[in-house]
Amino acid sequence: MAKELIRLENISKSFGKTLVLDDLNLSIHENSFVTLLGPSGCGKTTILRIIGGFEKPDTGRVIFDGKDITDLPPNERQLNTVFQKYALFTHMDIADNIAFGLKIRKKDKSYIKDKIHYALKLVGLEGFEHRKPTSLSGGQQQRIAIARAIVNEPKVLLLDEPLGALDLKLRQEMQYELIRMKHELGITFIYVTHDQEEALTMSDHIVVMNQGYIQQEGSPEDIYNEPENAFVADFIGDSNIIDAVMVRDRVVRILDTDWDCVDTGFGEMKPVDAVIRPEDVELVSPGSGTMDGEVTHIIFKGVHYEMEVTANGFEWLVQSTVMHPVGEKVGIHVDPFNIQIMNKPASEDEEAIQIDV
Amino acid sequence: MFNSRKASAGLSSPYVAWMTIFIIVPLLMVFYFGLTDAGGAFTFANVASIASPEHLKSLLLALELSFISTVICFLIAYPLALILAHSRISSQGLIITIFILPMWMNFLLRTMAWMTLLEGTGVINTILSFLHLPTQHIINTPAAIVLGMVYNFLPFMILPLYNAVSRIDPAVIEAARDLGAGRFQTLWKITLPLSAGGIISGVTMVFIPALTTFAISTLLGGSKVLLIGNVIESYFMLSYDVHLGSGLSLVLMVFIIINMVVSAVSDAKEQTD
Repeated sequence: MAKELIRLENISKSFGKTLVLDDLNLSIHENSFVTLLGPSGCGKTTILRIIGGFEKPDTGRVIFDGKDITDLPPNERQLNTVFQKYALFTHMDIADNIAFGLKIRKKDKSYIKDKIHYALKLVGLEGFEHRKPTSLSGGQQQRIAIARAIVNEPKVLLLDEPLGALDLKLRQEMQYELIRMKHELGITFIYVTHDQEEALTMSDHIVVMNQGYIQQEGSPEDIYNEPENAFVADFIGDSNIIDAVMVRDRVVRILDTDWDCVDTGFGEMKPVDAVIRPEDVELVSPGSGTMDGEVTHIIFKGVHYEMEVTANGFEWLVQSTVMHPVGEKVGIHVDPFNIQIMNKPASEDEEAIQIDV
Repeated sequence: MFNSRKASAGLSSPYVAWMTIFIIVPLLMVFYFGLTDAGGAFTFANVASIASPEHLKSLLLALELSFISTVICFLIAYPLALILAHSRISSQGLIITIFILPMWMNFLLRTMAWMTLLEGTGVINTILSFLHLPTQHIINTPAAIVLGMVYNFLPFMILPLYNAVSRIDPAVIEAARDLGAGRFQTLWKITLPLSAGGIISGVTMVFIPALTTFAISTLLGGSKVLLIGNVIESYFMLSYDVHLGSGLSLVLMVFIIINMVVSAVSDAKEQTD
């Protein structure tokens, strides 16, 4: 495992009476792409601003490369930020924007010139030196904001929902661009977003947050396939989250029917949440699945059909490339390893909240 | 059919009439009187009389005092605008209102109030002597005039500066700090240039009325300190020399036009940026 670069220790932060972060601990490793993911108000931007030096935590320490930087102002930290709305200096041209940090550090002219050239090449905007920021499109402005940050050779680049203001197509393009830049620069990216797809696409490591708490950390695969609680399951992709009872190891009772699963160690007759991804629900001929139901809704989504199947009083969300018309009787089958069992939330803070993404 | 051009001409006619009667005609009259002698013949003498020592002295003094007042207003208003715009307090509007509150009272009354404060036996000296401190001679000095100008024109500086500074995206300030600029560097390289428009209009709104004032200098300067405004006033009101008064007014207008050109150019620059 790569060396630890940033460590947040027991960070708490309140704004007025609102507790935003509560005793949070987080470790970020060198040369990784870490995404802080969560709904708005979950505290992800506050973490970024604490690392950047724009907010001081009420308690706790920020350790950067072994040194305590909690009280260091932003201009003395070896990291740079790409802001959500670009925050370019509109009274300067592109070259002066990019050179801003270098001029502050009193680098010599030829060094600055080379760096501007290199940075514009990296973000694919060669020849834009003498344009004004306001004459650029949103996507181009964001590239300049990235160029302006990376010329300072920060050890860490903080990105605060940098693609939030761009349209879908451009956003997807920029996701791949960012991954490429990350590899080319070989530095740590800390990325804040509420877009789970963005997080899954780009990250090495995802930190899912809700209401000031870290809900789960792990690789995109871990987070998607093995959500630890109903919040994570619901927030990352679509899920069928169903009240269930763990009958014994490897058997779970969902909607009064016993299903085989692979989970063990929950005890006997214990209430749990069963999570099943819509793409893992297989529709088979009636009678040959674990449960029978009837298709009640269907929407064409391009790659697949999204259907709702009512069975034993529950509306199952199903994604399939095979169409089943409304009214058709179907059987429902789920492979045992695709049923995810999780404990019911212990506290209100962990409670899943409804989010529109 | 509804003719929008005709309709808008109809709607704008009261304003056109207003402008013509109260602005354009008086202005033309100033030009006429300023450029003619008592017999009605064209002359440049009225305008040229600005070069006479006493006129030049009062013009230079007016320029000096209004320049000092403008600088002081800026030095008071800019930090206030910065503090207010960057603070998280919700009562920003209230504080601005308190600062511009005196504007709601008559300008002459406020200046007269300063007379009673500054007089030899006025409120300030009474308090000073009560505290066994030496009394100050302030009334009828240039300092008293500067004080009056700053007091009266400060709101005109605060409003445009506050508007300009509070329009700056806080993220832009943070970006400068993030890129390594200290507080002072950020102020110098980012905040000041980005509020240039507000600074120019604030300076204009203070400098021009201060340059042309005669009420403040009459009330707080007595007859001891004559500004160009007082000289012009005396030609109109005392010696009834409309021609000389108008000629000197035309000279002052040059400064006003220079100021307007500067702000128009900076506005145009801001537009293209």
